[in-house]
Amino acid sequence: MKTGSAVAENENIVVQTAEKIFADLADPQAINRDKEGAWKAPLWQTLSDAGLPLSWVPENCGGSGASMAEGFGVLNAAGRFAIAVPLAETMLAGWLLAQANIPSPEGEMTVAPANPRDHITLNEGILSGRARGVPFANAAKHIAVLAHGTNGLSIALVDASKCRIEAGLNLAGDSSDTVTFDKVAPITHKPATRSFDPNALLLTGGVARSLQIAGALESLLDISVRYSNERVAFEKKISKFQAVQHNLARLAGESAAALAAATSAADALSTASGFNDEIFLEAVSAKIRCSEAAENGSGIAHQVHGAIGVTREHILHRYSLRALAWRDDFGSESYWAVELGRLVARRGADELWPLVASR
Amino acid sequence: MPAALHFDPIRLPPQCEQLRQEVRAFLAEEIAAGTFDPHRPDREDTDAPEFSRRVGAKGWLGMTWPKKYGGHERSFLERYVVTEEMRVANAPTRRFFVADRQSGPVLLKYAPERIKMDILPRICRGEVCFAIGMSEPNSGSDLFAAKTRATRTEGGYLINGTKTWTSSAHIADYMIAIFRTSPPTKENRRHGLTQFLVDMQTPGIKVNPIGQITGQAEFNEVVFTDAFMPDDHVLGEIDGAWKQATSELAYERSGPERFLETCYVLTELVRAVGSNPDIRSAEGIGRLVAQLHTMRRMSVSVAGMLQAGKEPVVEASIVKDIGTVWEQQLPHRVRDLAAFVEENASNRETLENQLSFAIKTAPKLTIQGGTTEVLRGIIARGLGLR
Repeated sequence: MKTGSAVAENENIVVQTAEKIFADLADPQAINRDKEGAWKAPLWQTLSDAGLPLSWVPENCGGSGASMAEGFGVLNAAGRFAIAVPLAETMLAGWLLAQANIPSPEGEMTVAPANPRDHITLNEGILSGRARGVPFANAAKHIAVLAHGTNGLSIALVDASKCRIEAGLNLAGDSSDTVTFDKVAPITHKPATRSFDPNALLLTGGVARSLQIAGALESLLDISVRYSNERVAFEKKISKFQAVQHNLARLAGESAAALAAATSAADALSTASGFNDEIFLEAVSAKIRCSEAAENGSGIAHQVHGAIGVTREHILHRYSLRALAWRDDFGSESYWAVELGRLVARRGADELWPLVASR
Repeated sequence: MPAALHFDPIRLPPQCEQLRQEVRAFLAEEIAAGTFDPHRPDREDTDAPEFSRRVGAKGWLGMTWPKKYGGHERSFLERYVVTEEMRVANAPTRRFFVADRQSGPVLLKYAPERIKMDILPRICRGEVCFAIGMSEPNSGSDLFAAKTRATRTEGGYLINGTKTWTSSAHIADYMIAIFRTSPPTKENRRHGLTQFLVDMQTPGIKVNPIGQITGQAEFNEVVFTDAFMPDDHVLGEIDGAWKQATSELAYERSGPERFLETCYVLTELVRAVGSNPDIRSAEGIGRLVAQLHTMRRMSVSVAGMLQAGKEPVVEASIVKDIGTVWEQQLPHRVRDLAAFVEENASNRETLENQLSFAIKTAPKLTIQGGTTEVLRGIIARGLGLR
């Protein structure tokens, strides 16, 4: 068993690059003390210089052409540092645009819709509709939009300043905005390929969030174990109390479940050519199980920390609140559970096990 | 991080898929022939000796063992597929399951050659049933408190004492048990226990079935009165059983049987709600399926690590902790969701019977093979807390 490292090590060079940047420029203590957000610009600049925000954009579309698997690995690392810059969002936007061979512009981007109940239309080259809970819309220069038109799905690149953006905040205080497309003309738009699944954006976004949640849970476990080995109560380290040990063992289980579900789904999306029932199972199971783990795991981490854990001064909330907030993006666990339940019912009882065993 | 947990996204290799189809076809034939009813996990035919021989004839017992001993030198991942398909079908695996999973590997490692050549091929043919003699009336989770004595005598040992909660002892041909050969030492309370192969036909062994709340009597009290064990039935080091117990546990703890034990109620619920469920049923089923999928991915990941020669002791303990808690809660969650199933659902009676049995099975799932408390202690040690 590996010991001593601050985070799980990754052998991939792209992921290692990201981990090094996060370790250098996203120190949780420094970020937590920095009320002005001065840490954001240098972090973003360094990530951009390394080509990470456009990991999922092929080189001929202006990106760095990393694999899906590498990009998911980067997001897992980003979750371990609970970083709050639009890295996942820009990666998703670049990926979406690349599906229609639209080159990615420089700078921060986000995607819409980010909620399965929102619907954006494209008619005669004009976008209409409203997208709620769009992460970092306020910080984005461009928005990549998946829109429904009379001729099917289209992908559009939009100047964010052309949209009406009502600022909102998620549980962790990060931007989660309502974007209204009130007859907006995109910079460019192209029809999606025939094989592009209408759920592909939400599912890929959901798997991205799953990896971030799994990463945050790894850190919640790490921080909680360390705290329990330092904090003394009743004249001994609290890690020596069996009740605390068993709580932390459960947190390890939740962290493990999230990691397994998320990395399995990332592997599935990285190697699959489309979204059949089996890939759908992988993607939504990750979002459902990671969201459940966020609830169960963050609760234990806070319990272990006692009162210090609910202070703004302590870093715990950076991980716990983001893990909880990320549940809401790209379809909540309740939404996807209903969709998965309907799929299972439609296939019938005797097809349940074959579906599970197919993965 | 004190311990980086590993759950890599390991996939079953392609040859597993063909094997899976073979196992399904075989089980379908057995069901059609009336060997067992997959909808009746509560049935009493669970020792099915002929079924056991047919599974052996298929080459699905001792799959990973050397050919020299009747094994098939296949991978743990192939064995995994056979195990999960049997479990999901509620096949009567009791007669061979323990021998194949646990006892055979112990013999392979510690038994003298003569005994290996005698017994292992018979396990592979599905002819012999094994029990495991660990718990005693005053030692359960605290394995090293065992008191059943093995006293030196001419050419072997005489056994006196009582094992209890011994699954399948009433149908078993052999038991692998731990007996006390020396008292514990001050420095090491685990010292003094020795592992033995017990022939259940030995005079001086009495098996008393114990009725369980499920209505079955699959575990037993086993009383030893001057039962003679020859020297070559000692497995491994005298007084050193404690050194031998740990590495095998990863196999025992992380298999599909650690989360599929009550899975039939979920399948039956899906049947009961039909193709167009209400939103409450759909959400409930969706969550359970996501949890099941995640459990299985974790379990396959551990199987893959074992196949690769790693020792994922903490990961295996996590799989058993989460898996058994899940399969224990499953019948209760299904009961919640079944509350509004239509009166005229065609399988309503089947579902109710299954729920009744599963709810009565549930309490033992987090006790057998290492309690939740013991597992969480192992996980806590892996985290650097003890």
